[in-house]
Amino acid sequence: MEITLNNRKEIFEAETMTVTELLQIKNFTFKMLIVKINEKLIRKEEYSSAIISDGNQVMVLHLISGG
Amino acid sequence: MTFAEIKAILASKTVGIAGAGGLGSNCASALVRTGIGKIIIADFDIIEESNLNRQFYFKTQIGMKKAIAIKENLLFINPDAQIENHDTFLTPENIPEIFNNCDVIVEAFDKADQKQMLIETVLSVWPEKPLVIGLGMAGFGNSNTLKMHQSGKLYICGDEHTEISEDLPPIAPRVGMVANMQANTVLEILLNKEID
Repeated sequence: MEITLNNRKEIFEAETMTVTELLQIKNFTFKMLIVKINEKLIRKEEYSSAIISDGNQVMVLHLISGG
Repeated sequence: MTFAEIKAILASKTVGIAGAGGLGSNCASALVRTGIGKIIIADFDIIEESNLNRQFYFKTQIGMKKAIAIKENLLFINPDAQIENHDTFLTPENIPEIFNNCDVIVEAFDKADQKQMLIETVLSVWPEKPLVIGLGMAGFGNSNTLKMHQSGKLYICGDEHTEISEDLPPIAPRVGMVANMQANTVLEILLNKEID
């Protein structure tokens, strides 16, 4: 499948994957994240069930302290 | 758009600011100078000496509640400004009530977990409301790493990379740059409606 991850096109072998799988494959190990699939907020408790499929727009934002 | 038209539009708008620290106090100061119709700003904290290296407060205000002092300072800029201040700790329960009438919300917290709480709350309560966040502004120099990028109704200002640490303290110029970038993004949203 081809998805848009953080405004960049990316191709994965799998036809679909969960958010948890995406985070593992991309090695995103940060604790504080905001995840959206097609502009819909995905909460932490939904990471293992939310499905990403071909053509989806995915945002994974890593939150850091400072302000 | 003429300056008069810009001012007329902004005078009819309300901006919510979550936090009155380095980002929030400076963003509010920029917005009040634009003649924005109303600012709703919330913070629970007290001004400490260490805040004065970047936050829009004065030495004589140490020990004051930020929510009180920020209103005082903004009214020094414009005594007619409409400032609604909340001396409160923002939570998923009170955010929907406090910021309900805002055209745009600015995230101006310090801690990553608080940023996450606010972003999740705003995205789930009002998926269509523009939210401008500050992300990554520690240290000094590297002006060109600071940028704004949009993801749906979420506008991200900063370098998205530098986290506050012993070697990367928050210092006035870069914090002020991101605070002003947030204020500038608010204007862009309010005056253009859509940007991309």
